[in-house]
Amino acid sequence: MSADTSHDTGHDTGHLPINAATDALLPDPGLAEHQWRPTDVDARAEKRAERQVATLFGLSAVATVLFVVFYITLKTGTDGHTFIGLGASNVALGTTLGLALLLIGLGVIQWARKLMGDHEISEQRHPAASSEEDRTATLAALNAGLEESGIGRRPLVRNSLLGSVALLAAPAVVMLRDLGPLPNQVVGEYPGAGLHHTIWAKGTRVVRDVVGTPIKASDIEIGDLFNAEPDGLFDLEGAELQIAKSKAAIVMLRMDPDDIISDVTRNWSVQGIVAYSKICTHVGCPISLNERTTHHLLCPCHQSTFDLADSGRVVFGPAGRHLPQLPLGVDDEGYLIALSDFLEPVGPSFWERNTKSPSEVAKELKS
Amino acid sequence: MSIDTSRVATSNKTAANAAKPSKAGAAAQWADERLGLAAMGKKNLRKVFPDHWSFMLGEIALWSFVVLLLSGVFLTLWFRPSMAEVTYQGSYNPMRGLQMSEAFSSALNISFDVRGGLLMRQMHHWAAMLFIAAMMIHLLRVFFTGAHRKPRELNWVIGSLLLLLGTLEGFTGYSLPDDLLSGTGIRAADGFIKSIPIVGSYISFFLFGGEFPGESIIPRLYTIHVLLIPGLLLALIAAHMLLLVYHKHTQWAGPGRTEDNVVGYPMLPVYAAKAGGFFFIVFGVTALMGGLLSINPVWKFGPYDPTKVTAGSQPDWYMGWPDGALRIMPGWESHFWGSTWSWNIFLPIIVLPGLLFTVVLLLPFIEGWITGDKREHHLLQRPRNAPTRTATMVALMTLYGLFWTAGGNDIIAIRLHASINQITYFLRAAVFIGPVIAFLVTRRICISLQRHDNDLLLHGYETGVIMRTPEGSYYEKHLPISDVEAYTLTVRDRSAEQLTPAAGPDTNGVPAPQSKLGGLREKIRTLYYADDIDKPTHAELEEARHHAAHEAHELAALDGHSAEGHHFDGRHPVAEEPIRPEHHH
Repeated sequence: MSADTSHDTGHDTGHLPINAATDALLPDPGLAEHQWRPTDVDARAEKRAERQVATLFGLSAVATVLFVVFYITLKTGTDGHTFIGLGASNVALGTTLGLALLLIGLGVIQWARKLMGDHEISEQRHPAASSEEDRTATLAALNAGLEESGIGRRPLVRNSLLGSVALLAAPAVVMLRDLGPLPNQVVGEYPGAGLHHTIWAKGTRVVRDVVGTPIKASDIEIGDLFNAEPDGLFDLEGAELQIAKSKAAIVMLRMDPDDIISDVTRNWSVQGIVAYSKICTHVGCPISLNERTTHHLLCPCHQSTFDLADSGRVVFGPAGRHLPQLPLGVDDEGYLIALSDFLEPVGPSFWERNTKSPSEVAKELKS
Repeated sequence: MSIDTSRVATSNKTAANAAKPSKAGAAAQWADERLGLAAMGKKNLRKVFPDHWSFMLGEIALWSFVVLLLSGVFLTLWFRPSMAEVTYQGSYNPMRGLQMSEAFSSALNISFDVRGGLLMRQMHHWAAMLFIAAMMIHLLRVFFTGAHRKPRELNWVIGSLLLLLGTLEGFTGYSLPDDLLSGTGIRAADGFIKSIPIVGSYISFFLFGGEFPGESIIPRLYTIHVLLIPGLLLALIAAHMLLLVYHKHTQWAGPGRTEDNVVGYPMLPVYAAKAGGFFFIVFGVTALMGGLLSINPVWKFGPYDPTKVTAGSQPDWYMGWPDGALRIMPGWESHFWGSTWSWNIFLPIIVLPGLLFTVVLLLPFIEGWITGDKREHHLLQRPRNAPTRTATMVALMTLYGLFWTAGGNDIIAIRLHASINQITYFLRAAVFIGPVIAFLVTRRICISLQRHDNDLLLHGYETGVIMRTPEGSYYEKHLPISDVEAYTLTVRDRSAEQLTPAAGPDTNGVPAPQSKLGGLREKIRTLYYADDIDKPTHAELEEARHHAAHEAHELAALDGHSAEGHHFDGRHPVAEEPIRPEHHH
């Protein structure tokens, strides 16, 4: 390798030279000569630059004062002041604060460019590595320290220390245990608890989302998509309500009974009305987009598409499993009810989940 | 180093000539007697920083982090990280009387009832976007110019960790207001976690304090967002800066700029003024954005409700690429012995980002292993002069871009009236083919640019002047480039030098044992440098110069006669040159 020897001389005794060198094809012309700026040689230009910088700082001060004025005078909120349809307070505060800061920045940079010395200077680099002497000295110090501690000669002390310190990881991990219960520990703690259950049960009435009124089959027209919840959901509060809601939400669709493809779906429907979990089996978004003519339901998050006429089969997208169907029936008063809880876990997949096909689930229901 | 200040603006001189000890001097002495600052100041006050626009990118990231700290502290004064249910009573009419979490209610409070609160919220969000975007572009700049090479590999690792932590910090912050979009994000995150084999549902229950959504996640994310990750970010940024100071900044090759020196402006005053001024500019631009550009209007989304979602749900842009991978993944799920393996989620959202991050983290070490280059590098390389490296990053960028596109497949389908199915199928293939094409094309472009550089060196630049020979044929006149340009172009390695095996015979002349891995490495190294165009040899350059001298002699007869346009090529002084010579009339 032909290296430029000028790099090998080193500049700092004891340092390894920086040895990234290439063969010098042409001589280095050296640093360009410094050029004087107009502000260096012309007193008028210099004064002008000074005024420019001071003006920028002055304007910044004006913007800051305006910021305080706007802070005091402009009202926020829905009935606050507006400015071309925007919240006037936010626009005014943002603009004045922005200008106050920006003008200081521009002023300082203008000062640096026009008035501060602009000579480029050169500084020697030193290799990142320490010098050989330093290395030797450090190694000697390290060895002396280790020798005096006797850590090499006393394996019993060393190993018992290492062992006891390593074991201290255990409290750090163990203490995180009470972050939350295990999945099977919550079962029975509150209504519909656990990954395998929801608050749906045999005879639970289907009620309208938000208002909570029961629904008759005749209330739904063909092609209508309904968001619904189990009766009793709205009696819950706080975290229990949120947990129950995040699993029990359903969508109902009424279709021509002849359009239904799978037997399971037909058996669990009432006059062409089918009910499915609203929670996507992919990562759990609530599914909401209905393709009316095809009975396909599309998840807005990652576009998994399920066929509601065919046991919630995945027709497109990244979901790995069909949408769980809720067996529907009618009670004595003619209101829609669930025949049971979902027969499989709703929502995203998880390790302990034992997947069954819809027909297996149906068989279980019969027995 | 002393400089000639004889003509520097007079306003500068007064301070430099301070005669008697001032109050500041006394204060400095007081401090030095206790802290010994002079020793450090001697080394660093005039530390040299080279100048180039691309060195500003990391600075944007640094300053936007400072803006994040300042605006973030302001927000904590009002934000309540609690999922307790409250009835909203604030001044935003459409939501008054609604049940919502305290977190969302306080986010509305900051937006509508705290003066300047919305500004700070929006500045905080914009600064976060700027922080991550600047880190990404800074990473690209560093890699494309070879600034990650020895001795700066560890600073690359720290920088990569900063990008990872910044992304996590962004996600946790995005989740805090507990609005519909952020809740949907957490819901999806729960699905991601549950897809992890064996421990997924346990981790989910530990994180959420029980079943999703529970009432623990917001306070926990809050602690992570305002304490844990910012602490780590601060420590890593400090380490990043310290290493930068220790290594000294890289610089571009040029006259007087070598591997052994650093040329530029001293820290005090010019660099400090420019960097300090730039902080105010970043801060100011963020304030203008916060005032004029709406971002994350949580009141439009409403409080989180696990049964609600809006179409076109999108995470923040920097989370878009794993989301895109998730969207185009086929729905593979396996079941063994009563367990569920969600490949469709686990692979794109847990394994893929981890894998790609590891690759980015290891890039300097992979490159170092292939090239076997153990030298220190302080001069930057032009991207064209490392075609394989440049092509590798462009391939990675293409992969990123394609995944990111996939993250908006629904929006693309709507805007372009295209089938979302076909877009998805196309992207499934494109993420494999696209990076390969990008790699090959970029590599060839780099190589042809190298060839162009050699043409400039050997044959000069194109003047745009067409010459006619006495025989009547035409050619374009070339003129030699300046010494400065020529020198700058030639400061680069020859690939042939790189191909000499790193493990040569040792000092006793015993050849190094050739391992299997070593053989593979030799092959990869040959491919790495394959087709590189080296700079000319001494002989080639001499011959070219001889030829140019001959040509100049031939053309000497034309001297003094303006060849139209020739003098206006930007390389000759034109102050007194008439555009059209008088005698034409």
